[in-house]
Amino acid sequence: MFGKLSWAAIPFHEPIPLISTAVVAAIMLVALAVVTAKGWWPYLWREWLKSVDHKRIGVMYVTLGFVMLLRGFADALMMRSQQAFAVGSSQGYLPPEHYNQVFSAHGTIMIFFVAMPLVIGLMNFVVPLQLGVRDVAFPVLNSVSFWLTAAGALLVNMSLVIGNFARTGWMGYPPLSGLAFSPDVGVDYYLWSLQISGLGTLFTGVNFVTTILKLRAPGMTYFRMPVFCWTALAANLLIVAAFPILTATFLMLLLDRYLGMHFFTNEAGGNQMMYVNLFWAWGHPEVYVLILPAFGVFSEVAATFSGKPLFSYRSMVLATLAICVLSFMVWLHHFFTMGAGANVNAFFGIMSAIIAVPTGVKVFNWLFTLFRGRIVFATPMLFLIGFIVTFVIGGMTGVLLAVPPINFVLHNSVFLVAHFHNVIIAGTVFGALAGYNYWFPKAFGFTLDDRLGQCSFWCWLIGFYLAFMPLYVLGLMGMTRRLQHIADPSWRPWLLVAGAGAIVIFCGILCQIAQLYVSIRTRERRRDVTGDPWNGRTLEWATSSPPPAYNFAVLPKVETIDAFWEMKRRRRRPATAYEAIEVPHNSATGIVISFFAVVAGFALIWHIWWLAIAGLLAAAATVVAFGWSDEREHRIPAAEVARMERTRVRLGGSA
Amino acid sequence: MKTETLEGPPIESAERRHTGPAPARIVVGYGFWIFILSDMVMFSALFAAYAVLSGNTAGGPTGAELFNLRNAFILTICLLFSSYTCGLGALSAERLRQDGFLTFAALTFVLGAAFLFIEISEFAGMIDKGAGPSRSAFLSAFFTLVGMHGTHVSLGLIWLAFMMAQVAAKGLGAVVRRRVLCFSLFWHALDIVWVGVMTLVYLIGVQ
Repeated sequence: MFGKLSWAAIPFHEPIPLISTAVVAAIMLVALAVVTAKGWWPYLWREWLKSVDHKRIGVMYVTLGFVMLLRGFADALMMRSQQAFAVGSSQGYLPPEHYNQVFSAHGTIMIFFVAMPLVIGLMNFVVPLQLGVRDVAFPVLNSVSFWLTAAGALLVNMSLVIGNFARTGWMGYPPLSGLAFSPDVGVDYYLWSLQISGLGTLFTGVNFVTTILKLRAPGMTYFRMPVFCWTALAANLLIVAAFPILTATFLMLLLDRYLGMHFFTNEAGGNQMMYVNLFWAWGHPEVYVLILPAFGVFSEVAATFSGKPLFSYRSMVLATLAICVLSFMVWLHHFFTMGAGANVNAFFGIMSAIIAVPTGVKVFNWLFTLFRGRIVFATPMLFLIGFIVTFVIGGMTGVLLAVPPINFVLHNSVFLVAHFHNVIIAGTVFGALAGYNYWFPKAFGFTLDDRLGQCSFWCWLIGFYLAFMPLYVLGLMGMTRRLQHIADPSWRPWLLVAGAGAIVIFCGILCQIAQLYVSIRTRERRRDVTGDPWNGRTLEWATSSPPPAYNFAVLPKVETIDAFWEMKRRRRRPATAYEAIEVPHNSATGIVISFFAVVAGFALIWHIWWLAIAGLLAAAATVVAFGWSDEREHRIPAAEVARMERTRVRLGGSA
Repeated sequence: MKTETLEGPPIESAERRHTGPAPARIVVGYGFWIFILSDMVMFSALFAAYAVLSGNTAGGPTGAELFNLRNAFILTICLLFSSYTCGLGALSAERLRQDGFLTFAALTFVLGAAFLFIEISEFAGMIDKGAGPSRSAFLSAFFTLVGMHGTHVSLGLIWLAFMMAQVAAKGLGAVVRRRVLCFSLFWHALDIVWVGVMTLVYLIGVQ
């Protein structure tokens, strides 16, 4: 009846997951109780859960990313403290069985459920506004994407208390992840949650490529698009081209595990290295999915907070597209030690070094943008400067690792761990935090507290250096990654410094929470009444903060790069002749499909076949019901638009 | 016509060309193209896996022993003709000929169902002979690649039946025509994948 599921799946004898789950469950229950007591459900359901508005979906993505950041960061703190304690005769407090789940969950969560939601959330919120249009190409599909991502995140968190998570590392290499060596549900949680959220990501890619290529304000030719839109285009092209590879790879591993096939097994002709190749044929483009939008954020921040146009817009665009193409030609550098031979390794080593060239072009462009600018040292600008310095270090260690002979020495060491945290934290996370501080007033109509924002920046920056520079040293000393126990006591001082760094980063996260709290409390003082708090250059600042559901009552006419800057320079008057606007209906399709996806995923993980079939059929029925419907939009008549616009302008919004 | 310098005046021709967001039919068709491209990427990963594993028969039967070219030829004929009837159906839809669409859609359905029937019986025969997907890596890759195509055909048939019901119930309005357009793109794409399967799996496999 319940497949492999029984009471034995609940870890009653392990206090750590049980207590943490109890705490999370308590927080969720309190939140639900408050929402129920205040009678907020109808509002939440109507205006948020069912919303197909790209701005609200963007806000929900970013919220998901930050919530999951807390979970992933808790894993990081556990690993740092385990390695600080478990030296010599001490075994620390995490048994290997649990420790292996912690590092696997940390990697999986941070990549798929923190970094991805943060960048996709920013793209959701910003891209249609910057393009000067009213929504993405497929608003309901956008909602489906978000809820599928949330469904995957929910499944990963369920593994905390029902059963266990993979112990294979976040890449899930076979044969370890095969049925022979991981017979329990951990790897299945990993695979199904990533298949479900991966589908959502793929839909995002399709949606945004179409939006950027087909829906732009009149006059916005390709070479007038803001750089963030270019980087979003490149990232989404990578999603469309790379995520199906991951889907196919995980499908093969699932077939190995569920139907006894032999893609990656040790017997009957399976080939494990094929998994590694396919995984990284997705995985390397994926890191550019994460970093390119961050480059876009920094380009916007550099121009806005220097009061200058971006230096060499065209070379920035070309560098972005060059990275987009080159990212598919370097995947083998993740496993030089496979033994593909000197010539193959040389090719991929050279390609990997070449990819540093367009990145270098970008760094110089940002520096020249800052050069002689009227720099405003607000939080986003601080993140930009911290990023430039830190990311260059990470890039250089990357070029080191791209040299095959060096890679043979440093492979699988914590030097590698230091390198990719160096680029992902200083690149993607700093970029997301810069974007969060930069666009928050546009989303909510009031600015974030800058003093606490700067505190969080300094904690993140100093904490990063403390946490990861020691890992470079330890890697050179020979420490391999994923150690549950430290045999060599001479490593301990460095590990203690790294642990202190993690605590400093934690202070940065606390500062962010405080920043959000203080800013909400003092929001009346920090209202953005102009819609343009930073003296911005691109179209998202041309509408009010927060923008109306339809973004622009009249689509802006674009004549140059930095279209809004040009409008301000020419003192364009807001249009007053309105036309009727088509607005998509909100739809429960996304949340309903994803609910059934969670049911089906959970049932498949636990081999509850009847429930899996029921869940899949119900999800399919939801798709069919949506596919039959015709009434997906309603018109706001011109008179109503005019009335809403008059109210908005009176409240302080510009056109 | 002026050309654009770095921050100079804009290209006038481009300005005339770009008049704002594209109409719904173009957006929907374009978006569906992008989705099909992603599906092609997924198939290419499965093709790559098949290419890597096709020699790994682990002492079990090889392609030359299992594949029946006559069968594969009939499969190909069914699918190619179904693409032809699908094209005719899409043209009828564009000309708002409801009966024409329904007739050609029904023909497409019959051909697709015949394809599926023959493919499933071929699979069943192989499994009966002990050549199932868990026999060897080669057979895992074969069943997954060809089976994934068959799964797409099955989903396509469900979608086609759904489209016939919609056209019968609602006629050929702009929204329904857009959906017909997407379906026909999907169905033709399956043909392209099949050409790859026929060549790489069957024609090369029997040698």
